[in-house]
Amino acid sequence: MKYEISFLLNNDKVTVEVDPVWTLLYTLREVFGLTGTKEGCGYGECGACTVIIDGQAVNSCIFPILEVEGRHVTTIEGVASKDGTMHPLQKAFVNEGAIQCGFCTPGMIMSAKALLDAKENPTEDEIKDAIEGNLCRCTGYVRIIDAIKSVSKGR
Amino acid sequence: MDNFTIVGQKIPKIDAPVKATGDALYIQDIKVSGMLHGKILYSKYPHARILKLDTSKAETLPGVRAVVTAADMPPNFRIGVMKDNPPLKSGKTKSIRDEIAAVAAISTEVAEEALSLIEVEYEELPGIFDPIEAMQEGATLIHEEVKSNILKMPWKLVCGDVETAKKDSAHIVEDTFSTQWVTHCCMGTSGCIAQLDASNNLTLYSNTQIPSLAQNDFIEALNAFGYKNRRVRIIQSVIGGGFGSKLDTYAYEYIAILLAIKTRKPVKIIFSREEEFFATSPRQCTITKISQGCDKEGRLTFREIEMILDNGAYTSWGATTPSVMMLPISSLYKVPNIKYVAKCVYTNNTYCQAMRGYGNPQATFAIESSLDQLAEKAGIDPLEFRIRNSNEPGEITPQRFKITSCGMKECIDEVAKRLAWKTKKEHKGNRGVGIASLIHVGGGARVYKSDGCGTIIKMDDFGKVDVFTGASDIGQGSDTVIAQIVAEVLGIPIEDVNVVNNDTDICPWDVGVHASRTTFVAGNAALGAAKKIREQILEAAGKLLEEEPSFLDIKNSIIYSTKDKEKSTPLGKALRKIHYTLGGKMLMAEYFYDPANENFDREFKGNLSVSYAYGAHGVEVEVDKETGQVKILNYIAAHDVGKPINPLLLEGQIYGGGLQGIGYALGEKMIYKNGRLMNGNFLDYKMPTVKDVPPVQAVIVETDEKDGPFGAKGIGEPGLVPTAPAIANAIYDAVGVRIKDLPITPEKILKALKEKQGRT
Ligand code: FES
Ligand code: FES
Repeated sequence: MKYEISFLLNNDKVTVEVDPVWTLLYTLREVFGLTGTKEGCGYGECGACTVIIDGQAVNSCIFPILEVEGRHVTTIEGVASKDGTMHPLQKAFVNEGAIQCGFCTPGMIMSAKALLDAKENPTEDEIKDAIEGNLCRCTGYVRIIDAIKSVSKGR
Repeated sequence: MDNFTIVGQKIPKIDAPVKATGDALYIQDIKVSGMLHGKILYSKYPHARILKLDTSKAETLPGVRAVVTAADMPPNFRIGVMKDNPPLKSGKTKSIRDEIAAVAAISTEVAEEALSLIEVEYEELPGIFDPIEAMQEGATLIHEEVKSNILKMPWKLVCGDVETAKKDSAHIVEDTFSTQWVTHCCMGTSGCIAQLDASNNLTLYSNTQIPSLAQNDFIEALNAFGYKNRRVRIIQSVIGGGFGSKLDTYAYEYIAILLAIKTRKPVKIIFSREEEFFATSPRQCTITKISQGCDKEGRLTFREIEMILDNGAYTSWGATTPSVMMLPISSLYKVPNIKYVAKCVYTNNTYCQAMRGYGNPQATFAIESSLDQLAEKAGIDPLEFRIRNSNEPGEITPQRFKITSCGMKECIDEVAKRLAWKTKKEHKGNRGVGIASLIHVGGGARVYKSDGCGTIIKMDDFGKVDVFTGASDIGQGSDTVIAQIVAEVLGIPIEDVNVVNNDTDICPWDVGVHASRTTFVAGNAALGAAKKIREQILEAAGKLLEEEPSFLDIKNSIIYSTKDKEKSTPLGKALRKIHYTLGGKMLMAEYFYDPANENFDREFKGNLSVSYAYGAHGVEVEVDKETGQVKILNYIAAHDVGKPINPLLLEGQIYGGGLQGIGYALGEKMIYKNGRLMNGNFLDYKMPTVKDVPPVQAVIVETDEKDGPFGAKGIGEPGLVPTAPAIANAIYDAVGVRIKDLPITPEKILKALKEKQGRT
């Protein structure tokens, strides 16, 4: 049995037929072809699939698609400006060396963005809290923390 | 070319923007039209006889396109280093990851459902899960045809005379150390897409780190399937982490090929995280008996090691890690007399593979822990003890490694200084400091018949360049390093260099991403090709400008005469003139670099690498005696890497390696119980999170490596090699207990503290 739902996806209004067992991650990747959101585990433990729903960072791999109805979803594809200019966080991740294999990067940036959108000048502990659920095997996190710090206000 | 503008600079990775925007395509993201999805059925028991395997129900499920078992594989087709691993198993299963059937279907969901419809009856057999037990006379044979559970791969290194040295030593220590299975935890799981064309040539989309060797393996496979002399093309996706895990070819890839043959459709297999945990090959666990001695002055006299490695049920490169372990065993510090024997033993456990460090972390844990014990016995400060025995430039080690550049002492000095070793050594109160050093190959490693890498450079009409390299970028940044080298030599901005690294149809041969060799070997290959094309450019431009090529230089994409200011031309314009002229030409150059290193001889001696990388890690810890918790207060990782080509990326390797090392030391462990993995998920397997990051300093100690590209040596693996012993030594310094079995958990510390109290 399929349901029709509507929501805001990267600022575009979308309407789509979904199967209620689908997750948001599955829908993003398989229906909308937005493969920037990654699956690292599929059970809420790695953060690779992080997207922002109404300002909150969530693991899209365990987020039921029906609950997206009427909400505002931002994925990594919706972070840069329309003209393609990278978001300051994306630039910082690039310039500070916070990216190696890059598989964790979209999720990491989404978690960081949710934090910075809510709080312009977070402490290091708040940064760590915000990305604790985002695993990265390559970087040792040092440069990721630096990158996020570098775009906090007042720095 | 002394004032470099691009080499030596902190330049962001050239592939970072596509990764930051989500545009990079990993194997999970790639679709081929008509593609089916494959799934694998694994054995229910680590050791069992398959009594019945019935796939008929699965075959009739709508959406299923093929179901395969061992009967569909060519008989006697085996993979792996010892050719002991049939990609699909029949008769007896030997480990929990044994593949016994597979399905291709129109979706992953249908494929999964089909797996659940395959009926298997097993007779569970008692397994052997302990290598020591497996070595006993009369133990059940894992491979009946092999007649022994001890692999026919006798690792033995003898240098000098250990027995005499023992007699002459003033102090001797002996102990046993052990290490655990840990897994790579690549954030992108394994996967591939196999596609055959009408003539049965194979294209494999893959995230392998050995494209050229994989190509070889799959050509062999096609031969076995009866498709003789076919072509194999490997196209690599962006790779979501490697760390050694993709250094071999695996059953799932052969299964994908088989399913593609059966269905005549492209077949994609992607591992779930659960599969990634139990069905990929971890770093091997070891039991190491070590004895070392020194004279009255604290100079090392001998090192003797006996080691047992759990090989698991099949053999991949993990079994060959003793070859690299020999490097620290024979040559970490000056030790004149060496004896090393290692046995790899079949069990019904998971089989092992390469993982960052390739045996070096296990060996260095034993050596550096034991060295601290020896220093204590000799009454010498452990840091001073290491300086006394430090390696030096110009040394030829007992295994015949020729040490060229060596910054080991400088690394130890950095640790001493930045950790305030002397003050901290005296200050107590549950705090302590520890140090451990490392040696690793830094100039390639001739483990294969060739250690080479090829590069092709093609200039376009606009002064931009395409570089086709054999080297794979698995996140470490080799593309950027190669682009920097080429841009530097050609006097063009790095943005004008496009590195193509992912297609065996167009990229030259390379032995693969291993042994921290890519910057050194692929870097030298790129350097050679860039120099060649520079010569061609200047030669042709000399004619255009009527100038001696030797007086020409290129800067900011302008070719100019160093003698006559009037004579200059934009590079692009010159290239167009060279091209669009009667009898014109496109400028291209190729270069194959194979370092002048040596394969080991029969005694496992020879100059394995052109240069060696050194480092020392120092750590200050605080141990909570009530809870056994270890807190890292300060971590110093000093590395001799020659001349850094890109300090940004280099430090990234040190930070990343360092935290993997901390995970190895303090938390990570694959818990196998009777052949079954008990913690195959991120909740129970303690991979470090951002909360585990200690205050850390990456310190680059520069030496000049004459054979390295712009003086550089390798750094991929060293970052995690000395971490565990440095931490173990610091814990001992803090609270007087030595944990000899990794990981160092609070429980082990508490137990040791209790025992110690009982003793005093
Ligand atoms: S994929 Fe969603 S948390 Fe790992
Ligand atoms: S960059 Fe590879 S997992 Fe984070």
